[in-house]
Amino acid sequence: MLSSKKIRELIITQSKRANVGHIGCALSVADILAVLYGAIMRIDSFDDPFRDRFILSKGHAALALYAVFYLKGWISEEELNTFYTNNTLLAVHPESAHKCVDFSTGSLGQGITFGVGAALAAKMKKSAHRAYVLVSDGECNEGALWEAVMFASHNKLSNLVVIVDLNGLQALGHTKDIISLEPLSEKWRSFGWNVIEVDGHDTVKLTDVIEKIDTTSGPPTVIIANTVFGKGVSFMENNLKWHYMPMTDEQFKAALSEIKQ
Amino acid sequence: MRKSFVTALVDIAQKDSRIVLLTGDLGFMVLEPFIERFPERFFNVGVSEQNMAGIATGLAEAGFIPFMYSIAPFAALRTYEFIRNGPIKHKLPVRVVGVGAGFDYGLNGLTHWGLEDISVMRIQPGITVIAPADSAQASSALKASWNLDCPVYYSLGKDEDSLVTALNGKFEIGNMDTVRDGDDLLIITMGGIVFEAIAAADMLKASGVSSQIAIVSCVNPPPTDDIVKALKRHKIVLTVEVQYVNGGLGSLVSETIAEFGLNLRLVRMGVRKHIEGPIGNQKFMQALCGLSAENIAQSALNTLKG
Repeated sequence: MLSSKKIRELIITQSKRANVGHIGCALSVADILAVLYGAIMRIDSFDDPFRDRFILSKGHAALALYAVFYLKGWISEEELNTFYTNNTLLAVHPESAHKCVDFSTGSLGQGITFGVGAALAAKMKKSAHRAYVLVSDGECNEGALWEAVMFASHNKLSNLVVIVDLNGLQALGHTKDIISLEPLSEKWRSFGWNVIEVDGHDTVKLTDVIEKIDTTSGPPTVIIANTVFGKGVSFMENNLKWHYMPMTDEQFKAALSEIKQ
Repeated sequence: MRKSFVTALVDIAQKDSRIVLLTGDLGFMVLEPFIERFPERFFNVGVSEQNMAGIATGLAEAGFIPFMYSIAPFAALRTYEFIRNGPIKHKLPVRVVGVGAGFDYGLNGLTHWGLEDISVMRIQPGITVIAPADSAQASSALKASWNLDCPVYYSLGKDEDSLVTALNGKFEIGNMDTVRDGDDLLIITMGGIVFEAIAAADMLKASGVSSQIAIVSCVNPPPTDDIVKALKRHKIVLTVEVQYVNGGLGSLVSETIAEFGLNLRLVRMGVRKHIEGPIGNQKFMQALCGLSAENIAQSALNTLKG
């Protein structure tokens, strides 16, 4: 298991060093990534064509992913410190030129379609590997996402697992005020998916439900992960400002001390 | 061109199990030979072209060579950002097949016309863009390009029967093909409109004007050497295409003239207007846009007169 606390600590320290925003959405997915990379996905080597694939369809949370790469020992501290500098492969959104990134993302609604292709390829090759796709709730506004959803259930892509980071915020406000998603679980269920609702910060539960998914037969699965935007830093929680703003020195100190508690 | 393309694709798929065919619910009476032969490698993704481009990206990353098939604007324009961020960004061998070149779907209206698919595709880095002139070339172009590492866009016309005799089905990446030689002016053309250009050259011949006709079927990478060589022989060049004039073949030739500092007169013939009001079949639409053989011949004569 990876430490969510360490992921959050790295998100805070790196976003301070780089003086950038996108902090809230990265904190929101820290536990989900800790579970996927710590307990679920089978990745022995990035050269192995039969490894599990991961697609951060909500590419703007990439810093959380880079923290995971570091904690897995796949990148050095020196490389992590290149995040958001010139001549880096660790940009705001994941770049597939990096050996640990399967697909570049950043344009919402696209990553899931790549994931459908990856899952279909695994089925065609009769391989047991899976595709895990992390999407945001605002991303469910995208029509192309629902095209992918329909195709996946029609073709019984049991090896496709989508996690919706349901933190209730999108770029200009609350999802419920912009394009209401509810009843979201019902929507996915009616599209033929196996739907599991879970606390997206409860790593034990998350691990348990994802481990139990039958990825060999049946419909694809969506985990509706109830999360808190900015989770772990009280003054960032549910505050849209932290989609955009970098931290002051005082805010950084406060954030780090809360996470380290 | 579609049928000969699919026939060639079946041959290739027979030899290479990486070939997969996706369609956005189109290809009735065209795709059946593939579907019947390789049902496990065929997916109708439904009317969802964006998802089709994403799926193709995922399949190609895993080692497949997916062909995604739809009518040109749906294949190239609806999907454009997915193709840009998918196969182009990831340098993956996805093949985008856009059927219906120019006004092939004349009476179906603007939604079905391919008037900028080639233009927008050719500006992307690392994509091969192919616009065969006839069905024989569609087949040979596929055979010459299916195994490339990069993405490929194919613009396929609906005409199955007309053949450019002098072309003899030849296709080579990076080459331009001269199908008629002449000294008074150069006509560079692309796709099925070549037959109008040939007819125009016949009319010009009757007026004592001899024209060189060259076909660009590999639009990207552009056949720069061949274009420059041909341009250097002439004082007047006409480009003839059924695309909007900005961005397509005419733009490619004007870029070449400018970049090589050549000194000749260029007349870009293509679609120049916003089409509203009554529409008709392919011939009707081409004539409406000044792309009939008569229009081409007249334009050549006017330019020669200065």
